[in-house]
Amino acid sequence: MSDTPLFKVTIDNITIDVPAGTTVLEAARKIGGEVAPPAMCFYSKLEGSGGKCRTCLVEVSKGSEKDPRPMPKLVASCRTTVMDGMEVKNITSDRVRDARAGVVEFLLINHPLDCPICDQAGECHLQDLGYEHGAQGTRYEFQRRTFKKHDLGPYIQLHMTRCILCYRCVFTADQVSEKRVHGILDRGDHAEIATYIEKSLDNDFIGNVIDVCPVGALTDKTFRFKNRVWFTKPVFAHRNCDKCCGEATLWMRGDEVFRVTARKDEWGEIMDSEKTGKTGWICNDCRFDKKEAGDWTIEGLADISRHSVIGQGKYPGLTMPKETISKVMDGRNPRLLMDIHEVSEVNRPEIELSEIQGPATSAVFKTKK
Amino acid sequence: MEALTNRAKQIDRSPMTAWEKMYLPAIVKGLGITFSHMFKKRPTIQYPEVQRPFSSVFRGLHVLNRDEEGRERCTACGLCAVACPAEAITMEAAEREHGEENLYREEKYAAKYEINMLRCIFCGLCEEACPKDAIYLSETFAPAHYDRKGFIYGKDDLLIPDPNTHREAYEKAAAGRVRHKVSAF
Repeated sequence: MSDTPLFKVTIDNITIDVPAGTTVLEAARKIGGEVAPPAMCFYSKLEGSGGKCRTCLVEVSKGSEKDPRPMPKLVASCRTTVMDGMEVKNITSDRVRDARAGVVEFLLINHPLDCPICDQAGECHLQDLGYEHGAQGTRYEFQRRTFKKHDLGPYIQLHMTRCILCYRCVFTADQVSEKRVHGILDRGDHAEIATYIEKSLDNDFIGNVIDVCPVGALTDKTFRFKNRVWFTKPVFAHRNCDKCCGEATLWMRGDEVFRVTARKDEWGEIMDSEKTGKTGWICNDCRFDKKEAGDWTIEGLADISRHSVIGQGKYPGLTMPKETISKVMDGRNPRLLMDIHEVSEVNRPEIELSEIQGPATSAVFKTKK
Repeated sequence: MEALTNRAKQIDRSPMTAWEKMYLPAIVKGLGITFSHMFKKRPTIQYPEVQRPFSSVFRGLHVLNRDEEGRERCTACGLCAVACPAEAITMEAAEREHGEENLYREEKYAAKYEINMLRCIFCGLCEEACPKDAIYLSETFAPAHYDRKGFIYGKDDLLIPDPNTHREAYEKAAAGRVRHKVSAF
């Protein structure tokens, strides 16, 4: 829009011009890097999200050019729009850092801290936040809140104890899938994600709630316990899909596709599709049923943050060196002292973990070699 | 230049005296040193019968730990494998089913757990990384083998004996090495 005036806003001493109506958080994301406050509930692709988790609190040290008084309290940057001449302090403010550490402590009060089991570990925003701001131990002395287990069907695994009630999955079900059957029941300490009468979440596009969930509350049942995220290799791939854009990230190990997710940008949000230019939500078919490398056209290694554990062992632009020994030795192959695959019990070729629906159990591994 | 240590000895290159040229006194002196050792304490240890104590920080063969009730502690979180600089550790996880609660401590467990002792450098980073106190390095060496196949240690080789059924073997394997009790999350 050409008639929208540009506002000058200064965040952590970096000035940027943004159109009126932009939130402080989005302006900070335009600058990028550490200046952008973390966000657990705000999701720029979902209308109405934000304002719940309070991790994006910032200090407004100058309201605007016309009214330079600072705002008395820290404000949620995802819901505060910029004013002309506004000055915002994020990481340069001790008040903000202190408040954010407090918010993280509150978010972790009822969190089970079962990261060793959780499938989200390695790509969890709460883990990042806890790492950056959290304390070593907890000061909470009471029993952590637990819930009756709800079954959300064959695709989505719900761990209510890990939920931080960000409402992102509710907005996704409302705005992306055709029908919402789950929501937040009860209130206060008892508030929980559930379907009122046991129903399975299986309408098209509902799988996107997994990608949207900032913690491990909603995880992919077809990937459950199959592998740790950082041992799988994320590659961008696409296929022709009549329901969605068909652009996804495959999480592979060798030639096996363990998990399919939408493509995510540096903020952990789903990227815009290259084809349609709209948000690249993917359908349930692509996510849960297309687990063969042959279903997809692989484009190459996905963008991995340099600070992420997922980057371990992944080298962009790496080409396998050619085996030269047989060439040097007149066509003879070297005599192997041991082929690890003959001895090893792990990664046996007859057990295709990616083809099992749901987590592997003891029965899967029972067949002796 | 100043010497790093004061143990360096200057070599005397002056020509030998008549007394030194006779050789015999030097031989007698040398034999005297040899014979004097017969009356000193022997430093040799008769290895298989007598064993020297291990240092308290010795890092030997890995052991997969169980808790007090004999359940496996490992949840296959993969932190040991990601910490391993030699990439010696591989694993596959499975979900605990009903009826297996007495076998595994948490809802996820390592169905397969393998350490390639040919790759392992016994650095102890796996022990350090483990959030569940499930793996630790014991005070034993990896025994020798005639072929390489014997160095791929699976769960059968690594798991500590069940304290419920084989109390004595468990105590022997633990041997004071299960040092810290980490409270369960």
